[in-house]
Amino acid sequence: MTIDGTQAQEDKMKSSTARTHAINIGDLDRTKSMGQEGEIEITLNVSDLDLYYGEKQALKKINMEIPKNRVTAFIGPSGCGKSTLLRCFNRMNDLVDSVRIEGLITLDGEDIHSKHLNVAELRRRVGMVFQKPNPFPKSIYENVAYGLRILGIKDKRRIDETVEKALRGAALWDEVKDRLQDNALGLSGGQQQRLVIARAIAVEPEVLLLDEPASALDPISTLKIEELIYELKDKYTIVIVTHNMQQAARVSDFTAFMYMGEMVEHADTNTLFTNPSQKQTEDYITGRYG
Amino acid sequence: MDKLGQHISQQFDEELEDIRNRVMAMGGLVEQQLADAVKALGNIDAELAEVVITNDYKINAMEVAIDEECVQILARRQPAAGDLRLVIAVIKTITDLERIGDEAERVGRMALHFAETGGESKMLVGMTHLGEHVRTMLHDALDAFARMDTNAAIAVAKQDAKADREYESILRELITYMMEDSRAIPNVLDVMWSARALERIGDRARNICEYVIYLVKGKDVRHVSLDQVEAHARNKDNA
Repeated sequence: MTIDGTQAQEDKMKSSTARTHAINIGDLDRTKSMGQEGEIEITLNVSDLDLYYGEKQALKKINMEIPKNRVTAFIGPSGCGKSTLLRCFNRMNDLVDSVRIEGLITLDGEDIHSKHLNVAELRRRVGMVFQKPNPFPKSIYENVAYGLRILGIKDKRRIDETVEKALRGAALWDEVKDRLQDNALGLSGGQQQRLVIARAIAVEPEVLLLDEPASALDPISTLKIEELIYELKDKYTIVIVTHNMQQAARVSDFTAFMYMGEMVEHADTNTLFTNPSQKQTEDYITGRYG
Repeated sequence: MDKLGQHISQQFDEELEDIRNRVMAMGGLVEQQLADAVKALGNIDAELAEVVITNDYKINAMEVAIDEECVQILARRQPAAGDLRLVIAVIKTITDLERIGDEAERVGRMALHFAETGGESKMLVGMTHLGEHVRTMLHDALDAFARMDTNAAIAVAKQDAKADREYESILRELITYMMEDSRAIPNVLDVMWSARALERIGDRARNICEYVIYLVKGKDVRHVSLDQVEAHARNKDNA
């Protein structure tokens, strides 16, 4: 893996963290009117990111900023690179042999590919939830406590408190508080997915990456997950990949449309869904892509 | 938007095409009603005025039917971007068209009353002219809608100021009639209300032009000066 960190990029990286700067995607007034005051800080910054699987280039010169405490949705047809980009943020792509990444990704101004950075720590800070709920075949309690035990926390009372807090945060507590020792695999799909989210937030990440978190769920469970996303953005920066455009429109503050490995348009969600600037975006969201 | 490709769902294409066609049909009927109302007033033709009054229900029915179709599209297709703007523009346009229909009916009623009470035709000189002017505005606005032509829409919107001036000049003239002969006042008032109705039709034709600009450019130009409207229409000249 080669990381092309030029001086210019490093300067850009520093300047982007030294101050909270206005994001150039859509107007801020719109998000303010959604009840979110104040300047937007940038959590993740991507500059000139190229990613290759062997010879095949999967991401082409991606430049984008992921604002803090906002929901950013990635949409685009299958194979456009949205999941690949998402997996870059916690270096999940490291697990793929033939992958080569060029360019810079910073988390709070810190290069995530830096030698000084501990990947396990990065993945604690950037949690991830997948399409299919993947609880461990353990009790509900142990699923949530798992990350804490990995971190070496042994204090039973502290673990109890954190488990409860995480389950409440994932809007699951009331449904499971009387059966915490039951096997997690006995929960419904929607409950399992919220359990996995609880497991992710138990270790207090900064960013939550959600890869199609509701596509295997029924409509009511989907709405619960969406409601949860809305609540979670107060505390976390959320990036969601979804095939469901209405879902992107419902839950996100910003939407990025990707096509064939390129970032075609990244704008505030209201603008993107009512008046996109790119014809490709318009064709895709109106169902003319074919 | 007609420059965009077809939807994957052909059915959806047909539904959108259908509401556009129905707006055009409704617009054609409203235009006819307006032309007849102006003619009935100009010629003091009670019979034609009756026709205008009885035909208004057709326009109302069309508004309800198109509205219903739009609601179904919103519920079933969740349109986005240009499709969404088309549905919104249609909903707003038919509201204005229905009101123009009401104004035409009002002019028809005035014409009928004027005929029954034996008003003098000299009071109607400016009316035919104003009527023709706003009828042309309506026609061109609908044309701009059909062709999604923002330049044509702006040209029509500019005509509204002329309608306002004509209305004011009619008012001044009517006031002199009232001062000359107080017995003429009831008839003059009829003409005045009709002039007011025609002037409002000009405003509503302008509204339709604003929806055309919203539809094509995605900019809401209501309550914006014409200069700014033109600036918006020039920006993002990709449509």
